[in-house]
Amino acid sequence: MNKVKTLDDLKKMRESLRASLDLREKSNTPDQLVQIKVSMATCGIAAGAKEIMSYFIEVLNRENIDALVTQTGCMGYCYAEPTIEIKLPGKEPLVFGYVDKTKVEEIINKYIRQGILVDGIIPVTYTAVKPE
Amino acid sequence: METIKLIIDNKEVEVPKGTTILNAAKSVGIHIPTLCYMKLEDLHYENNPGACRICVVEIEGRRNLAPSCKMECTEGMVVRTHTPRVMNARKTVMELILSNHPAECLTCSSNGHCELQKIAHDLGIREIRYKGDMSTFTIDRSPSIVRNMNKCIMCRRCETMCNTIQTVGALTAVNRGFNAAVSTAFERDMAGSTCSYCGQCVSVCPVNALSGRNTQQPVLDALADPTKIVIAQTAPAVRTALGRDFGYEPGTLVTGKMVSALRQLGFDYVFDTDFAADLTIMEEGTELLHRLGRYLNGDKEVKIPLMTSCCPGWVSFVEQHFPELRDNLSTAKSPQQMFGAIAKSYFAEKLGIDRKNLVVVSIMPCLAKKYEASRPEFSVEGNPDVDYSIYTRELARLIRYANIDFKELPDGEFDRPLGESTGASVIFGTTGGVIEAACRTAYELYTKKNLDKVDFEELRGLEGIRSATVDFDGTPVKIGIAHGLGNARKLIEEIKNGTSPYHAIEVMACPGGCIGGGGQPFHRGRMEVLRRRAAALYREDANKPLRKSHENPYIQQLYKDYLGEPCGPKAHELLHTHYIDRKEVVGMYTETEKSK
Amino acid sequence: MAQYTNYILVCGGTGCRASQSEQIIENLKAAVDQYGLEDTQVIRTGCFGFCEKGPVVKMIPDNTFYVQVQPSDADEIVREHLVKGRKVERLLYVNPETHELVPDSKHIGFYKKQLRIALRNCGFINPENIDEYIARDGYVALGKALVEMTPEEVIKEIMDSGLRGRGGGGFPTGLKWQITRKVQAPQKYVVCNADEGDPGAFMDRSILEGDPHSIVEAMAINGYCTGASKGLVYIRAEYPLAVERLKIAIRQAKEYGLLGENIFGTDFSFDIEIRYGAGAFVCGEETALIHSMEGLRGEATVKPPFPSEHGYKGCPTNVNNVETYANIPVILLRGAKWFSSIGTEKSKGTKVFALAGKVNNVGLIEVPMGTTLREVIFGIGGGIKDGKKFKAVQTGGPSGGCLTEKHLDLPIDYDNLLSAGSMMGSGGMIVMDEDDCMVAMAKFYLDFTVEESCGKCAPCRIGNKRLHEILQKITSGNGTEDDLTRLRNLATVIKDTALCGLGQTSPNPVLSTMDNFYDEYLAHVREHRCPSHQCRELTQYFINPEKCKGCTLCARVCPVHAITGDRKIPHIIDPQSCIRCGTCMEKCKFGAIYVH
Repeated sequence: MNKVKTLDDLKKMRESLRASLDLREKSNTPDQLVQIKVSMATCGIAAGAKEIMSYFIEVLNRENIDALVTQTGCMGYCYAEPTIEIKLPGKEPLVFGYVDKTKVEEIINKYIRQGILVDGIIPVTYTAVKPE
Repeated sequence: METIKLIIDNKEVEVPKGTTILNAAKSVGIHIPTLCYMKLEDLHYENNPGACRICVVEIEGRRNLAPSCKMECTEGMVVRTHTPRVMNARKTVMELILSNHPAECLTCSSNGHCELQKIAHDLGIREIRYKGDMSTFTIDRSPSIVRNMNKCIMCRRCETMCNTIQTVGALTAVNRGFNAAVSTAFERDMAGSTCSYCGQCVSVCPVNALSGRNTQQPVLDALADPTKIVIAQTAPAVRTALGRDFGYEPGTLVTGKMVSALRQLGFDYVFDTDFAADLTIMEEGTELLHRLGRYLNGDKEVKIPLMTSCCPGWVSFVEQHFPELRDNLSTAKSPQQMFGAIAKSYFAEKLGIDRKNLVVVSIMPCLAKKYEASRPEFSVEGNPDVDYSIYTRELARLIRYANIDFKELPDGEFDRPLGESTGASVIFGTTGGVIEAACRTAYELYTKKNLDKVDFEELRGLEGIRSATVDFDGTPVKIGIAHGLGNARKLIEEIKNGTSPYHAIEVMACPGGCIGGGGQPFHRGRMEVLRRRAAALYREDANKPLRKSHENPYIQQLYKDYLGEPCGPKAHELLHTHYIDRKEVVGMYTETEKSK
Repeated sequence: MAQYTNYILVCGGTGCRASQSEQIIENLKAAVDQYGLEDTQVIRTGCFGFCEKGPVVKMIPDNTFYVQVQPSDADEIVREHLVKGRKVERLLYVNPETHELVPDSKHIGFYKKQLRIALRNCGFINPENIDEYIARDGYVALGKALVEMTPEEVIKEIMDSGLRGRGGGGFPTGLKWQITRKVQAPQKYVVCNADEGDPGAFMDRSILEGDPHSIVEAMAINGYCTGASKGLVYIRAEYPLAVERLKIAIRQAKEYGLLGENIFGTDFSFDIEIRYGAGAFVCGEETALIHSMEGLRGEATVKPPFPSEHGYKGCPTNVNNVETYANIPVILLRGAKWFSSIGTEKSKGTKVFALAGKVNNVGLIEVPMGTTLREVIFGIGGGIKDGKKFKAVQTGGPSGGCLTEKHLDLPIDYDNLLSAGSMMGSGGMIVMDEDDCMVAMAKFYLDFTVEESCGKCAPCRIGNKRLHEILQKITSGNGTEDDLTRLRNLATVIKDTALCGLGQTSPNPVLSTMDNFYDEYLAHVREHRCPSHQCRELTQYFINPEKCKGCTLCARVCPVHAITGDRKIPHIIDPQSCIRCGTCMEKCKFGAIYVH
């Protein structure tokens, strides 16, 4: 069962995947669609990223906030692990470093709920090559 | 053939494509020193791991120095073999090697023929600038081989021999960095490894990291003990090689001088293992006929092909690697052990002395014979049939030790009765000889006819694997011959797969057979030496008045007076043995094999 | 609840904190309160990576960027920028090239310094979800190659891109592919070298953990180009997460038909297997890696033959490093021209570095080739910890070299690093400050190579051990100037004669520190003094009697009772008993204890 049989298949698939990701991003119900990425490479995990990720999910569930929590690879800020990236609908993604449980609460209560910035933002210091 | 032109030390050289710099240089008289490099010409094997870095040379346009033993010539290459940069590197590397090699030359048994010593001398090393910690391995003494890794220079020749040529797989490099060493699996003692004691590792070791177990002292003690009767038995291959240690050309037969030397050393009787070789033929030949007869009558149980069992390295290889085929081995003991058994029964009775007062010393070309002599089944109430087995090089040392001027010795004669032999037994010393001797006797016993032409030329030569069909008066007997355990493995795997076409197989563990044994003066892979040794044995065979084992009058006497029939009950008790599954002993079985 | 519309971001990175950014935050908060700006919040952030110009303050939402801000500027910033809506021009960043004021942080050169190509998806996509990779153009490059391009065209594209091996050697990747393609063989292999062994380097791990599909895709492209149907990833077993994610990626790719038979409906089939390494540094060397995969001892063999001719199981094998592979799909999508526009003349694209040591922002960075060491260490790395002075940077891992102040403006590429006496290696970058002793540093790196040498060739096995011993002698104060001569000679010879890349580069730390810090070596051997007070045996602890209050604390904490003295009277350290553990200095409340 090959899902991708031709290059066109792949390209169509890419478009629909992009669209669905976009849809998620441009949704009209911003309160429910917050995207949180936890940097989960070995360095992040060693610094406690797994615990932070589960704590995020726990608090978000408790607070009834509909958010998408995913893992991702190394962001490169090893000095500030655990690091997480939060993308509020319609806004630029923001990276927070040195995240602990207290910080999780603060981020959820201030930034996610109210859009208020909190201490510990890591400015993104690189550009990555973008898709076509 | 495509050729390549290059310049070495300002000389223009033209060589076939694929030639290494080392060989190209040699072709124009430039001898780049090597240490780990080893060429086994007739075995078609070159050991050039590029590990010692002694043979490095400068190549124009190359960033670093190149190992000439490995680097192939390319068109227009400009090579320099003795620039200050090369010489400094070579000397520094040599000093490094020496810095981790015990400076015990004067008390080392390799003194005088050590390759490391020679290169150090040639390079004019007068000081070791880089001294420091040295390896401290414990010395491993097996029944046959002593492994002193403190002397090892990691040339890996032994590994090549053990793994690539012999396919025994007992030796491999272990550990890392400065602690790297050649060792056995799990760094066990050799006695607990898959080692077959063929001793080929010893014969290629350039230093003395691997050496034969030394048993000269107990022999000297026995000789000096007035209560003991000390008997010598000398294997056929010894007489063609011993002279090498006294300046004779390779392949010079020194039988007479050897006998005189042994007598001068103080042996009470100087006998010949060849006598026992004739005896072996009687037993093994009879066994072959038995099995062949049953086989030709359609007996499915009989183990065919019959495999010879004179070579203890081969026997132990079968016991370790192919125990399921051990019943194919002839149950006849090896000549050394037959000799011991007869000496300590028949001959002791003749002399009217207790076997404990009779000391049998065998002079062998072999290290595995030491191990064989120590096998418990070859002793009676703790008294071994063969007390000590010493190898050719040890005998040479004893001769020098006893102030004997070997070259000036008169030719002596073996004592009777255990010193008489036929030409058939002499050729036991070379590959193909045992089976040829067996054919001479088996043919006559089987066909009841006289064999006119005793030379089976088709069984001779130095090809690794040979086969021939001998016509037993209408019955074609197919014979396979292998020397070197790697070649033997091929034959035995055919048996395992059920594709073996042979009725009988002769195997000698060492390349060339006993003439290339691990106890012989080193031939270092030069097959020319082996060829000459083999020629000498065939010459002695041709010159013997009797050339078939069963014609040996003393053998006939022995059967008549003492043993009865070949393979009869008495012969069986004294001259036959059994084999064990050594895979189990050494613990080589994997868990899955065990569960089967 | 307050709704903020303005934010003032203040860098709270270590570098800026050292220049009073905390005070700036306090003052800004006070000023915001003072002017009653309820809609403005002051936020402390992580490092902006612009430490050269720190402390930095960024105004949101208009992205105004103020540099080298003093605590006293706080009032002016709030008053002018927020209350009056005018930018404080004197604090704006001046473009060093155009001398223009740059008010918007998006236009400040610094942000362009890191460019993520190999790490493009790391930290962006969920590595365990193939859909996210596909949404980011994943596998389009493979499809394009298979459907629209011939293998030759793909190879040409890679060659034109100027991509060179990222594992350290810097061999042109396209050329390597072409050589493997040209060898005729029924079976070929492509191998991904994920045996990342440099201590401190972890870019390969990060790529495999963050973007495993890019490796799967690139290996398939490589297989298509070289004619291999089988890919092998050799990865350290110590990377469980990377292994897990790679397994998931391979499984998903198979489910999608992007691995397996007839990919994209073409006749190209490709599969990937994972092989585990046991963590030997030398197995990063491609011949050693191949031997390890074959189940043999992980040790290097002489090249030629190269793996491209005679590799895994004797078949032509193309070995590339993880980071090299990660670049492949992007090159095919964006074109060789785009890729070759990044970097220097002979080194194209970007390089990932693991920045570590005495630098504020340790981490994984990716910069275009040609970025200077200064930009990396002081720009991205945020300068030296605790405001200390930069001394050296070790590039290329344990076998790289130490570069100094004078190399700071060297554009980083393969050739520049090599000519400066170091190397690119896999991209380790360890920064050292004034407290680091360069002799001890060289010894530290030798510790590693002595441990990790495979022990095959004499110069590496024994030579590195001797180098280490000489360094040990020097750092313990027993060295002589003669030792320095011996050290240099030995290091040069090892570099010139060792068999593989490990041995040929292991003396680099010694040679480069001798070249750049010879005075430190001289201080150790002439004056028996360690200028950085790092070599314990060369340091002595003293108590300054003017500062010592005689509190007895030091005497009580000294583990060897080397400190004596009565209460309220200055204490004394007995240098004979002192073990230089430094506990006393750490505990002294009056700073009375010093080292010399």
